[in-house]
Amino acid sequence: MDGVHDMGGMDGFGKVEPEPNEPVFHAAWEARVMAMNRAMGAGGAWNIDMSRFARETLPPHIYLSSSYYKKWQLGMERNLVERGYVGADELAAGRALHPAKPLKRGKFTLESVARVMTRGSFARPAQAPARFKVGDRVRAKNIHPATHTRLPRYVRGHVGLIERIQGCHVFPDTVALEQGEDPQWLYTVVFDGRELWGDDGDPTLKVSIEAFEPYLELAS
Amino acid sequence: MQLRVRALETILTEKGYVDPAALDAIIEAYETKIGPHNGARVVAKAWSDPEFKKELLADGSKAVAKLGHVSRVGDHLVAVENTPKLHNMVVCTLCSCYPWEVLGLPPVWYKAAPYRSRAVKDPRGVLGDFGVKLPADTEIRVWDSTAETRFLVLPMRPAGTDGWSEEKLATLVTRDSMIGTGLAKNPGDA
Repeated sequence: MDGVHDMGGMDGFGKVEPEPNEPVFHAAWEARVMAMNRAMGAGGAWNIDMSRFARETLPPHIYLSSSYYKKWQLGMERNLVERGYVGADELAAGRALHPAKPLKRGKFTLESVARVMTRGSFARPAQAPARFKVGDRVRAKNIHPATHTRLPRYVRGHVGLIERIQGCHVFPDTVALEQGEDPQWLYTVVFDGRELWGDDGDPTLKVSIEAFEPYLELAS
Repeated sequence: MQLRVRALETILTEKGYVDPAALDAIIEAYETKIGPHNGARVVAKAWSDPEFKKELLADGSKAVAKLGHVSRVGDHLVAVENTPKLHNMVVCTLCSCYPWEVLGLPPVWYKAAPYRSRAVKDPRGVLGDFGVKLPADTEIRVWDSTAETRFLVLPMRPAGTDGWSEEKLATLVTRDSMIGTGLAKNPGDA
């Protein structure tokens, strides 16, 4: 979706402000949000792209004015309600009112912790041979799905080179909608800075994205 | 937010979805075990051991998994090397993708709009915000983490560190130098 989360190239957000000796969390609740989100995901309530999509679909003014972990909390509440794990009335009451909908992988317990500490693999067997090879000139398609996609706006319509083939991976666009993993070839595509930003762009800049095959077409 | 988050935890606990002790364990791991010191060891080893460096650049996940002392890394870690002619920088313009296993949880600025919007368009300006100035002819390569591949920058080894142990070298490797918004520290700064 063409949302405010797709920020690459936007102006007006100001300077980057690093915080010296930044703590891991700025408040205890941030840590609880992070852990609940991981735990419910590991339990099978959602996958990473459903989690991202829930945040992307927050109203733009909420997205832009909320802290990172507040967005996580709001996205998590939305996913829990939409997927039937928690009722809106339960959120309002602050306690459980209905029987639980079973989690696919069961309750998240101490024994489950080791599982989330190693990152899972998103690689899957290929459904077809890779369409592109290293060195091919490709154009990022000019597509604007209203649903979850990982093709950022700033590259759409622009031509780059296939630099690496990263294997065949779970396709975020379908898995976010519970339409299956539909594995797709994943490529590192590198664009010249001036191809993206015009003649005033930094001539020493190259930018790459990780692009799934359906996002790309051969450039003539 | 605190009350709202506590209410949600109460609901998830009462419904039997999560054990709060398991949440504590996740938090403790990110507060005490998983952080930039993991990545610093990887970089220091790559600086000291050419064979490891080759393996790291060829397949980051595989090379890092071999180091028993570093937290376990899943698939798709890609290490990219800085040279006098090339500076790498990592961003996630769409959300906050970051190599948690080697760097821990990302800092606030990495997840915030100023960095996510400008890194792909004006990386030299962003580097300026960090007090870093590169030669005008250095090529800057920005890696936008738009899929599940994760990137770790291998910064240049500072001069004057010949014969240093891996442990000592690791003290020069900052978090920002592994994201590409900083350089490794010089021996005098450490």
